[in-house]
Amino acid sequence: MIRFDDVSVRYEGAGRPTLAGVDLTVPEGELVLLVGPSGVGKSTLLGAVSGLVPHFTGGTLTGRVTVDGRDTRTHKPRELADLVGTVGQDPLAHFVTDTVEDELAYGMESLGLAPDVMRRRVEETLDLLGLAGLRDRPIATLSGGQQQRVAIGSVLTPHPRVLVLDEPTSALDPAAAEEVLAVLQRLVHDLGTTVLMAEHRLERVVQYADRVVLLPSPGAPPVMGAPADIMAVSPVHPPVVALGRLADWEPLPLSVRDARRRAGGLRDRLADVAPGHPAPDAPGAPADPLPPRTAPSRSALARLFRRAPHEAPAPDPATGGPGGTPAAQAERLGVRRGRVEALRRVTLTVRAGETVALMGRNGAGKSTLLGALVGMVEPTSGTVLTGGLAPHRTPPREMVRRVGLVPQEPRDLLYADTVAAECAAADADAGAEPGSCRALVSELLPGVADDTHPRDLSEGQRLALALALVLTAPPPLLLLDEPTRGLDYAAKARLVGVLRALAAEGHAIVLATHDVELAAELAHRVVILADGEVVADGPTAEVVVSSPAFSPQTAKILAPQEWLTVSQVRAALEGGA
Amino acid sequence: MTGPTAGRADTATHRLPAWRAPAATRSNALPAGAWWLWALGLATAASRTTNPLLLGLLVGVAGYVVAARRTDAPWARSYGMFIRIGLFVIAVRLLFSVFLGSPIPGTHTLFTLPEVPLPDWAKGVRIGGRVTAEQMLFALYDGAKLAALLICVGAANSLANPARLLKSLPGALYEAGVAVVVAMTFAPNMVADVLRLRTARRLRGRPTGGVRAVLQIGLPVLEGALERSVAVAASMDARGYGRTARVPAVVRHTTNALTLGGLLGVCAGTYGLLAAEGAGYGVPLLVAGLLAAMAGLRLGGARSVRTRYRPDRWGVRAWLVAGSGAAVAAAMIWAGNADPAALHPGVVPLTAPVLPLWPAAAVLLGLLPAVVAPVPPSPTGFEEQV
Repeated sequence: MIRFDDVSVRYEGAGRPTLAGVDLTVPEGELVLLVGPSGVGKSTLLGAVSGLVPHFTGGTLTGRVTVDGRDTRTHKPRELADLVGTVGQDPLAHFVTDTVEDELAYGMESLGLAPDVMRRRVEETLDLLGLAGLRDRPIATLSGGQQQRVAIGSVLTPHPRVLVLDEPTSALDPAAAEEVLAVLQRLVHDLGTTVLMAEHRLERVVQYADRVVLLPSPGAPPVMGAPADIMAVSPVHPPVVALGRLADWEPLPLSVRDARRRAGGLRDRLADVAPGHPAPDAPGAPADPLPPRTAPSRSALARLFRRAPHEAPAPDPATGGPGGTPAAQAERLGVRRGRVEALRRVTLTVRAGETVALMGRNGAGKSTLLGALVGMVEPTSGTVLTGGLAPHRTPPREMVRRVGLVPQEPRDLLYADTVAAECAAADADAGAEPGSCRALVSELLPGVADDTHPRDLSEGQRLALALALVLTAPPPLLLLDEPTRGLDYAAKARLVGVLRALAAEGHAIVLATHDVELAAELAHRVVILADGEVVADGPTAEVVVSSPAFSPQTAKILAPQEWLTVSQVRAALEGGA
Repeated sequence: MTGPTAGRADTATHRLPAWRAPAATRSNALPAGAWWLWALGLATAASRTTNPLLLGLLVGVAGYVVAARRTDAPWARSYGMFIRIGLFVIAVRLLFSVFLGSPIPGTHTLFTLPEVPLPDWAKGVRIGGRVTAEQMLFALYDGAKLAALLICVGAANSLANPARLLKSLPGALYEAGVAVVVAMTFAPNMVADVLRLRTARRLRGRPTGGVRAVLQIGLPVLEGALERSVAVAASMDARGYGRTARVPAVVRHTTNALTLGGLLGVCAGTYGLLAAEGAGYGVPLLVAGLLAAMAGLRLGGARSVRTRYRPDRWGVRAWLVAGSGAAVAAAMIWAGNADPAALHPGVVPLTAPVLPLWPAAAVLLGLLPAVVAPVPPSPTGFEEQV
């Protein structure tokens, strides 16, 4: 269905080709998953299928790409529109019209389908994607998951034979992601649609794939094969595969179900290690944060924190218990936006050294809660205290020393046109010594030159830069909104390392995330929000293991034992051996 | 709305007569054009009178219909804005009258401003000086007329979905319409960007208000808008925007000839109408030009393969809404010829305006849409289109 013959793509001004020597054939009716670390050209490869590369993006494409026999060299994207449906990373950039129903019809209108056919397909698609209740809604008022479903629906209505998706589930909560994947499954099984998609969250998708294409490194030719074979060698892989490799399961399981069938032996081996107590690198209970001064703190991060001019960011273990000043406290907090109650009677306390994961479906109020903690959102009822101050009444210059938020879009924090200028501005904003921010950047982002434009950084690098800017102050409370969106496993692992170090030094961290694996790795406590209310609040192991939607793969495989992460299991096995 | 349902015995819900307006859904939505015709009718009526009582009645009628039939969509909130603009227009008109004087002769002096002496060549221009009650009243009437006009336009703006209006353009202009729709969705997106970036400044410890804040986020906002427009263009292209059907060369050439010729005809015809000597050939040339241009657009539509999804249909209710506006306009024009004095109350000498009965009754016809137009779901949560 899709053929790549010796395809290379080189963009203007780039030293080496983004893609080189790609020879690939995707048969009809298969769901093919494209994996690889960030920056290996996954989006470029996807763009080449719809003809947007190079017709729209520029650059030079050598070789030949054909879709159902049509050569993209001679067919512009619009002439492939009846054959290929494309959904990019950002659904908002995809929409042409203003309401859901019009958006679903737009592609069909362009192709000139008959009105009664359009009407029927719109109704079918509304049902298929569960959008019937939203049909008249302006798209701008929908949540992220709903927008993603509308975007997919809008390319489904012309009944394309090939569907190209770039990270369709990255921005979605686990339940919404399952919904989208179920729809894709149905398209592949019932309609014979060929699906080619790139995704970082492999734990969600790999078990659905018929084949996996691995782009191992930039410019390297792709490797295509059965999912289990590719996963055995892939540098990016989900926890279930990591566990399988650890336990030498053969063939490698890709789904929780397969893994559970083989996990009996592992469960027996682990039974003696008594999973009730956390493994060495698992976070401790919230009441006893690690003492901040025990680690040999030679890092720039640690030096900075010791210099903190205000109340010590990390209280002594003695005061860190229930009696100590909480880093943030919300008491019966309510926030209204127009007629919508975004938060209702939310009570939450975050202590120094504690890492809290905020979870819940899209639109549950996670970002609003973070906004209220940092003073961007004014509470309508109840109280918020961050570092002992009411955030929305404190001037920003004061607030920045008490709390830092890395927003969902780290770009929003970047104004300057070089990394160095950004750092200088951050030092000035925070009243820190010149150079403190740059030292942080060098630690978090080794090898980034001073004159790099922030927009040229990858998603993960930009996040690290924003994190460094926020940490310059340095605030005792750090908030992160959806930090792993668009990060590959390597970038995520680096982030986990950085955040753990910060927590160990006494920082309180709150992350709003859909990423259950991240929450399992990092959080001491998980708070689940639904419709603006707290529905669960407790230690990670308890909350997460008891909920199928929010439990990580390791927990599902080894249930009823309370293991959360592969690294926990690995450490336990090594310790026991 | 139809006969058979009226016969169904349904004791649980109280039955509405069939002529009562149904709840608005997409299928029975009034075409945007109908609202615009209604509002333009009211605006025409407003332009024909300076009687403040009639103008007030017109504004009241428009306001009532807006209150009864607007949705909670973003554009529907623009009505209050238009009222403010109207008040601003009246204020400006009065200020001009105070400071620049007025040719209206008057005897009731309110107060006298110091007059700026001007050289001889500026004769006829006056700054400051005597301010009379008559001139102020004249300015007030005049300002009220303009304000009423604006408010009527505002009513159409808040009742009709602008995107749908553009979608009713002829096929050949459709693509241009889509471009405008995309541009219109950009404005709110940019506003949202500005708000988001301004609050994000807080996170860097900078004040969120002030000129500096706006200047500093200006560039990122523009960059964001540019990136988004490129992304939308890519998405539109990938979804078939601009696909064209193959048309024979003859048709293509005819289209070009008709459109170009028609537009030239329209230009020449308009010139003829406006110029003193060409009134004879002006009208026929204009009409012929318009017809040719329309034929050209229609033929041009053949090049576009696109079809329309659920276009708005002109039904009885649409005709009633548009017709009520037209009726108000016609009645006012007729009244202006029959009894000009009632529509233009005198200012010299000062007299209290009286409400002329028949024109006032005619204005009330404009309330018809508040009864016949489908009722939009109320903003306070309306159960799934009962």
